[in-house]
Amino acid sequence: MQSPAEIVPHSTGVVGVSWLMIALPLLGAAILLLGGRRTDRWGHLLGVVMSLASFVVAVLAFVQMLGLDPGKRRMAVELYQFIPGVANIGLLIDPLSISFALLITGVGSLIHIYSIGYMSHDPDRRRFFAYLNLFVSAMLLLVLSDNYVGLFIGWEGVGLASYLLIGFWQFKPSAAVAAKKAFIVNRVGDFGLLIGIFTIWTTFGSVAFKEVFEAAPGAQQNTLTAIGLLLLLGACGKSAQLPLQSWLLDAMEGPTPVSALIHAATMVTAGVYLVVRSGAFFEAAPTAQLVVTIVGVATLLAGAIIGCAKDDIKKGLAGSTMSQIGYMMLGAGLGPVGYAFAIAHLITHGFFKANMFLGAGSVMHGMNDEVNMRKYGGLFSVMKVTAITFIIGYLAIIGFPLLSGYFTKDGIIETAMEHNQILGWLAVVGAGITGFYMSRMVFMTFFGKRRWEDGAHPHESPAVMTVPLIILSIGSIFLGGFLILGNRFMQFLAPAVGLPEELPSFHPFSVPGLATLALVAVGAAFAWFRYGAAEVPRVAPRGSFLTTFARRDLYGDALNEALFMRPGQWLTRLAVFFDNRGIDGLVNGLAAAIGGTSGRLRRVQTGYVRSYALSILFGAAVVVGALLYVGNM
Amino acid sequence: MTTHYLVLSALLFAIGAIGVLTRRNAIVVFMCVELMLNACNLAFVTFARQHGNLDGQIIAFFVMVVAAAEVVIGLAIIVMIFRTRRSASVDDANLLKY
Amino acid sequence: MPWLSTLMAVPVVGAVGVSLVKSDKLAKQLALVVSLVVLVLTAVMAFRFDPALGAAKETRFQFAEVYDWIPAFGVHYGVGVDGIALVLIALSVILVPIVILASWHDADGTGAAAPPRRSVKTYFALLLVLEAMMIGVFAATDVFLFYVFFEAMLIPMYFMIGSYGGAQRSYAAVKFLLYSLFGGLLMLVAVIALYVIAEKGTFMFPELVGVIQDPTTQKWLFLGFFIAFAVKAPLWPFHTWLPDAAAQAPAGAAVLLVGVLDKVGTYGMLRFCLELFPDAAKFFTPLVITLAVIGIIYGAIVAIGQTDMKRLIAYTSISHFGFIALGVFAMTTNAGAGATLYMVNHGFSTGALFLITGFLIYRRGSSQIADYGGVQKVAPVLAGTFLVAGLSGLSLPGLSTFVSEFMVLLGSYERYVVPTIIATTGVILAAVYILWMYQRTMNGPTAEKVKGLPDLDARERWVVGPLIVLIIALGFFPKPALDMINPAVDHTLSNVHISNVHVTPAVAEKKGAGQ
Repeated sequence: MQSPAEIVPHSTGVVGVSWLMIALPLLGAAILLLGGRRTDRWGHLLGVVMSLASFVVAVLAFVQMLGLDPGKRRMAVELYQFIPGVANIGLLIDPLSISFALLITGVGSLIHIYSIGYMSHDPDRRRFFAYLNLFVSAMLLLVLSDNYVGLFIGWEGVGLASYLLIGFWQFKPSAAVAAKKAFIVNRVGDFGLLIGIFTIWTTFGSVAFKEVFEAAPGAQQNTLTAIGLLLLLGACGKSAQLPLQSWLLDAMEGPTPVSALIHAATMVTAGVYLVVRSGAFFEAAPTAQLVVTIVGVATLLAGAIIGCAKDDIKKGLAGSTMSQIGYMMLGAGLGPVGYAFAIAHLITHGFFKANMFLGAGSVMHGMNDEVNMRKYGGLFSVMKVTAITFIIGYLAIIGFPLLSGYFTKDGIIETAMEHNQILGWLAVVGAGITGFYMSRMVFMTFFGKRRWEDGAHPHESPAVMTVPLIILSIGSIFLGGFLILGNRFMQFLAPAVGLPEELPSFHPFSVPGLATLALVAVGAAFAWFRYGAAEVPRVAPRGSFLTTFARRDLYGDALNEALFMRPGQWLTRLAVFFDNRGIDGLVNGLAAAIGGTSGRLRRVQTGYVRSYALSILFGAAVVVGALLYVGNM
Repeated sequence: MTTHYLVLSALLFAIGAIGVLTRRNAIVVFMCVELMLNACNLAFVTFARQHGNLDGQIIAFFVMVVAAAEVVIGLAIIVMIFRTRRSASVDDANLLKY
Repeated sequence: MPWLSTLMAVPVVGAVGVSLVKSDKLAKQLALVVSLVVLVLTAVMAFRFDPALGAAKETRFQFAEVYDWIPAFGVHYGVGVDGIALVLIALSVILVPIVILASWHDADGTGAAAPPRRSVKTYFALLLVLEAMMIGVFAATDVFLFYVFFEAMLIPMYFMIGSYGGAQRSYAAVKFLLYSLFGGLLMLVAVIALYVIAEKGTFMFPELVGVIQDPTTQKWLFLGFFIAFAVKAPLWPFHTWLPDAAAQAPAGAAVLLVGVLDKVGTYGMLRFCLELFPDAAKFFTPLVITLAVIGIIYGAIVAIGQTDMKRLIAYTSISHFGFIALGVFAMTTNAGAGATLYMVNHGFSTGALFLITGFLIYRRGSSQIADYGGVQKVAPVLAGTFLVAGLSGLSLPGLSTFVSEFMVLLGSYERYVVPTIIATTGVILAAVYILWMYQRTMNGPTAEKVKGLPDLDARERWVVGPLIVLIIALGFFPKPALDMINPAVDHTLSNVHISNVHVTPAVAEKKGAGQ
């Protein structure tokens, strides 16, 4: 086994100024937020330029890296001391982080461009671009940071951007609630990540990747397992994995480009990044690794099942995102080979899922923001570019041979099969369900009878929206093959995550591969009979118990409500009552007791001079008596 | 030798004290207070004589000065009260209570 | 130059001037100028401060001035600052001009819910007097002088709450005063006992460090000091005066009350409780940490249930003071430095929250959350700044409070794992109370009575702007503040004679290399 390369300081060339990747979008966000209405006219252009500039820097850094010997491709860029003695702000430019940086800035820029068109009628477009830039900046800090504290800053930064963007149409109560929910559920994950970082600090005395990963294999097994599980909790929050999945479906309240960028292509994959980046811990803690794979499989099935029942096109895609990230998580729990497939799948997923989300946005754009697929149908003929690019994305995600998803998802399934047959077959089943629900989506949207609302005049979107779709769909076709064939991506990632002795070879006709294809075909065919060939009712039928189960998101929200929300509200009321009546009541009661006593005592002050004189005399007599007594002692 | 003076002083003081406690007319109360003060003065002077120094006598003078000042203020107050309330009874001036 | 005496004299002279000038407007302007002069003087002083000197016992307190005050009892006018005191003085003198600018119309009786017009000049004179006392309390190196300032501070604050506050102002003011006096009296007894038992014939703090050896005596004296500080901070369960006082006080006074006055409590714990009575401090640590952790969770939960914005913010502060107390008593460098930084950051972030809430209440005339909704639509700048301040209240990374909360928790985790884990759940609750309040006030459809509310005007932007800048700047670059604080905290901990837990040799090397 080849272990990861050493991290060495590096400060020449573009890598030396790679902080520009983070700084430029941040500057853009700052200008747009501080500039206010003055920047309304050109704000969106500035946003796009900053994102593209960041992409250019990433590409140049990537080119510089390719020119280096693989053993020298892990470059640390020191920036400044953050908390003296604990953490510095610094960047780690290595194959893993640069892959993410390219994905974030590349897909991010395309989505920026698309948003010019999509948000053109929104009076707050400038603010939207400010938030998008803020997101890009925070996400890059997350993936480029060379220590856990910097990662955490980016981690919460993307959470903030996600909060702001989900609640972008904050005047809608549903959007405001969804935004808050996303942030709070993420905070639960962040709690795990924080404790994980504390444990790392107390165990290794550092939070920097370089020192921590070098020391990781020498630590105690239990500690490593604890660290792994705590980091996994963080990853679950950000990546909407079970049991912290519930926020992602609600997050679709945000504008569609947000769903594409943040809740499909980039931010939600941060959990996978965290697990892969922390591979040194997980490889030394098999229990934690096993939990990662179990969480991945559970989520990939749950997401797929939810996806089957959704009539809202965006929620359907959200379920699918959950499911696909489940695959990545599964891969991330499988060691170096799994990492490569997981990250490759992450990148191709970034392309085809962004492609489909933007396609869905294009459909909504033409259909007066209608999201209910039961009111679509037969759209192929009126929006050809959108339909074709969407279908390319669809074929990629179900793993149609030779398209991107085929290579990357198959890689994960095959690797899982080698580790654990049960997990592997469950992943195969998940692929079959994917075939069903994605086909359902395509048939309901683009084919069949037109079930449009009155007054809908679907039309193709402008070029500023379709060109990004075309570029993304080209990636959805070729990227997977390019990365996987000849283990190209695995070799590239090796300096960052290590490489096994024995490289997997690509078998097009292996048993799991063929089984996957067969199940997908069955799923697609079933979808065709239900939703392509048959009439789709405009109002959803009641459906079986299973359908209801899936429609209600597997009762995830109900569970959260019963377990946390209601007891929480109850506890809050109790605490407020206790504070007002208990603690403050005690204080006020004491005050009242003193007040009452003195109220009685004051009756002694009658106002009659004689009684005062008598008491003075009495007092004098007591004093004299006491003096005589003491004097005689 | 000086016992008689002290007994007289104590008697005067007691008479004054009883007067303060029992009489209602402010003027009379006032005079009783003066009587008590003078009883004290007598005691001071007696002790001065007994100890053979002048300390007691000096204090007696202080008491007289204070008593004079008190008379000035006190009588003024009593007159003011009489003017407003048409009465010099101390029991009527009981507003300053509770 | 007697820097610290000058710092105290300028506002006092200014207060006299403010109360003498003819017009109210001139009084306000004069007050602002005086507070800015103090700010500039403090800035100059801070640049002349050398953190490196903090390690040695003799040079620990810089800009020191010691004069006999009551020689018969060894009472001195003794002032001087170390890094901890300096950053807290900086906090005070930064907040005062901001508060003056924010309170411009608070005493005029012009706001929608303001109490009737009161003497404007008195209000601003009180603010300046309070500033002098805040500087004095942090600068005092004589225990008796500290006590005098500790109690004297109550007086201007009492009048600011009692005359200029909301509907229930007299109840709140009296409650505040009685609570504080109760704690203060216990402390007075302890101060006198310290003087008598130490038999040093002086009240000077540096000479009293490490003098009391008897464990029982230490425990009793510790309690005397600690209860006073716990009431002041306030620590659970001595906290119920704070929501009343903060909710009834005018916004500016609430900022100084929660932002600075309460810090005297936590500052006192760090300076006096730990150093004068190290063994007792260690003995009582489990108790204090329990109270702190209860306070963190309890304050947060009660905050969630509040219906009044100012009370809600007050309860969040109780939660935050729990973090600070946890950091102080964890007795590690990171936790101690984090707690000190937390005192400063909390002043800025809660200050900003109180002020912006104050602006909102000034416009709408109600502090009830239910009376708002959709403010973001009509007043985006107000809502945006409110969000930034709120996010710093929930310790979002990139904002200053994160650094301090992280350091407190990290440092506490080094020694107390389970309490720290419980305390860390506070970050989840913080998200709930802040974002829920934000959602109910700023998001959703615009409430009828909120329509037409004006956005922040130029003066108000000048109030909020500096605070936001500080919050963000210290969030990304806390090093200057930490460089001041760290040596002072190390010195304090070395006086406590506690073995600093530390992790592995790798860190020590890295620390050396990093600096």
